[in-house]
Amino acid sequence: MIRIVLTAAACLWAAAASAAVEVQEVTTEAGFEAWLVEEPSIPFVSLELRFKGGASLDPEGKRGVTNLMTGLLEEGAGDLDARAFAQAKEALAATFHYDAGDDALAITAQVLTENRDAAMALLRESLLEPRFDADAIERVKAQVMSSIQSDQTDPDAIVGKEAMRILYGDHPYGSAKKGTTDSVAALTRDDIVAAWQAALATDRVYIAAAGDISAEELSALVDTLLAGLPKVGPALPDAVEVSTAAETVVVPFETPQSVALFGHRAIPRDDPDFFAAFVMNQVLGAGGFESRLMEEVRDKRGLTYGVYSYIANRDYSDMMMGRVASANDRIAEAIAVIRDEWRRMAEEGVTEEELEAAKTFLTGAYPLRFDGNGAIANILVGMQMQDLTPDYIATRNDRVEAVTVADVRRVAARVMLPEELLFVVVGQPEGLEDARVVAPVVTQ
Amino acid sequence: MRRIAAASAAILFWALPALAQSIDDAVTTFTLDNGMEVVVIEDHRAPVVTHMVWYKAGAADEAPGVSGVAHFLEHLLFKGTETMEPGEFSEVVAANGGSDNAFTSYDYTGYFQRIATDRLGMMMQMEADRMVNLQLDGEDILTERDVIIEERNQRVENSPGALFGEERNAALYLNHPYGTPIIGWKHEAEALTLEDALAYYERFYAPNNAILIVAGDVYPDEVRALAEEHYGPLPANPELGPRVRPQEPPQGAPRRLTYRDPRVSQPYVIRTYLAPERDPGAQEEAAALTLLAQILGGGQTSVLTRDLQFESQIAVYSGAFYSGTAYDDTSFGLIVVPQEGVSLAEAEAAMDASVARLMEEGVDAEQLERIKFQLRAEQVFALDSSSSLGRRYGAALTSGLTVEDVQAWPGILQAVTEEDILEAASRVFDRNKSVTGWLMAPDTDGGAIAPISASQEVTQ
Repeated sequence: MIRIVLTAAACLWAAAASAAVEVQEVTTEAGFEAWLVEEPSIPFVSLELRFKGGASLDPEGKRGVTNLMTGLLEEGAGDLDARAFAQAKEALAATFHYDAGDDALAITAQVLTENRDAAMALLRESLLEPRFDADAIERVKAQVMSSIQSDQTDPDAIVGKEAMRILYGDHPYGSAKKGTTDSVAALTRDDIVAAWQAALATDRVYIAAAGDISAEELSALVDTLLAGLPKVGPALPDAVEVSTAAETVVVPFETPQSVALFGHRAIPRDDPDFFAAFVMNQVLGAGGFESRLMEEVRDKRGLTYGVYSYIANRDYSDMMMGRVASANDRIAEAIAVIRDEWRRMAEEGVTEEELEAAKTFLTGAYPLRFDGNGAIANILVGMQMQDLTPDYIATRNDRVEAVTVADVRRVAARVMLPEELLFVVVGQPEGLEDARVVAPVVTQ
Repeated sequence: MRRIAAASAAILFWALPALAQSIDDAVTTFTLDNGMEVVVIEDHRAPVVTHMVWYKAGAADEAPGVSGVAHFLEHLLFKGTETMEPGEFSEVVAANGGSDNAFTSYDYTGYFQRIATDRLGMMMQMEADRMVNLQLDGEDILTERDVIIEERNQRVENSPGALFGEERNAALYLNHPYGTPIIGWKHEAEALTLEDALAYYERFYAPNNAILIVAGDVYPDEVRALAEEHYGPLPANPELGPRVRPQEPPQGAPRRLTYRDPRVSQPYVIRTYLAPERDPGAQEEAAALTLLAQILGGGQTSVLTRDLQFESQIAVYSGAFYSGTAYDDTSFGLIVVPQEGVSLAEAEAAMDASVARLMEEGVDAEQLERIKFQLRAEQVFALDSSSSLGRRYGAALTSGLTVEDVQAWPGILQAVTEEDILEAASRVFDRNKSVTGWLMAPDTDGGAIAPISASQEVTQ
């Protein structure tokens, strides 16, 4: 049965643009839910699949197995070895991307209308019948190991890894999803097969498509594509509580520019205060050149090329985070300025003028995101994973508009926690004498 | 982000008459009386427009000694005019729900805004204003110079791969400014002055040196009317002069360099060869090289991957790169990232052997056909993003090509034969016009390089 619900066009700012995005909710015969934006003017379709869990499903002691398994899905399937599979994909001019994220395994496909059935049959083989040939395992393992080794001397990778370790400890978020050279070296084909069976269960799949395909066609496509995958997957991880203090941790590394991540706990996406926090962050440090952090750290003082903040809502953790990079002799000043701005926001909230500017930007920019089949399919699948309904597209700007200065002031006091703001700095920073110095964890 | 469009290794796929709908049908071009070229790309699916102005001036047009000034000026264009406060440009864009940014490359500098269609006139008015009315404050520019130094720190100084790239590029070009980094050498970028920026601005920022590209929910007539209103009154710069850069002398010696840095944990070898670019009316050689790069290094089914990753376990990654869209001679590159236990010398020898094998065995006809089919499909996918199409036109038209060249390019790619590819390969793989670079950690051994012998050489 195909149930189609048309959602009204996205509403926009001040009688200007309106993105006519009509979302159809398709329920397939097999019972899968898929969202579709039909756009027949260009003969191809973008398809997005998400399987919740992703790299966070790695069993104890098998860190990196979901990532490795995902890298192997396109390395041979059914009768085709790795090169034959790649040749078949090229001959169809199809694009498939497989990515193991912390929260989900993501599969993105872009296929021409003229050979859609053949392309989907090939994609299906990679999901249902991956070969995990011994030579492919060795080849992809070597690529992953090379990448892990590169990360060990890359300041951006080091700061990410150290910050996540400090914040999340033993939770899957606390270590790199690639694993360590030791953990990856020890993975066996059996481990990989087990990870494949765990990661692609249809009790946690989300599906979206945009482009030249009808609801009926999509329904049949989804049922064919997913038939035979495991119906039930393993338990998902528990949420993790994060606690931080207003300290600075330095990971010494010889490089001219220090890179810092900063943050503390935040509120979830479904919190009633989320929109106020979201608008507040727009003023603080999101987006382009207009934020307070860009103004204070870059425009006024020239301390950085880029500084930003963001609310990181993930499946098992909600964080208020940010990043900055400054020369070793200037990072201390950048950190001091950011701490001041954090406190100012917590104490004062935003002005009426700032609020209006943020709202105009956010509401105006929203429809601009729906620019093309790939972007639309990606937005739709993300909405489903956040438990939003299609009418969110039409009401989202109203929720932004409804935020008041008083809301932001109240929520800023709740969300901005200067006494918990942790900085993790990688480099040779000067002027951070009070910082706690830790040795980078060298993962073998 | 007022960012460098780094010389891209990606191949520029280009458009053919599409299967269902032609890209060419969506494109209209005309020229204003003051010499400003206009390209309109229609896409009526959403009420959104991308407005771009591209200047035929980039880092390679800088005077000697002021490297980085084109990029510095790009930052300064956000710092106010006679009627706009510093930062006001982006504020107005944001207050209208849009986003804006700019980019600098060797052959062009570009500015763009993405915004609701009914704001197009306002964008043109502001962009026309800063084309001629820039007003800079001495203090502001010093702070912004600190910003570009931090940008250089972030992109280059913190990355051994980027520092290695600068050294290789400087060695590849003996005389041409493509050998100087777009962001500038650090010591020169740190010393840039207001006068340096203004001298560049006054020469190059003029309508007769600019291309207007409007992509999205617009019709050519309305764009013409708005462009005539806002850009039409700007005077052409009669002193612009011809676009002539120092050219390469005949190159007569292979160059080698080793860049060592303790931050390198994965060594690799790259070789770049000086290579011809797409020339107006003569794009055949570049088309053959574009296909050669795909055949040698375009993914799982490529020759290098077959030889170094499947039939032997030499590499964890291998590739070939060539981008023909440039004003002057560009480069063709090969890269091999060796497996653990394989030396750079062995990796380099295997890379050369793989190229030699291609020259000897010829091109796999099925592979060539797959690549051509993907190029045809690409023009269908390209219709999904009018702003990407706009960028392709912008890059081509600022690199000396015409609209006719852009529209002929897909057909030229389809017409390339095996013979064309092998002939282009034998011309481009001339060691005397090449730089071979090793990136590695200190105190590690790259192994001994065999002398270049006739059997390894693939030149004519």
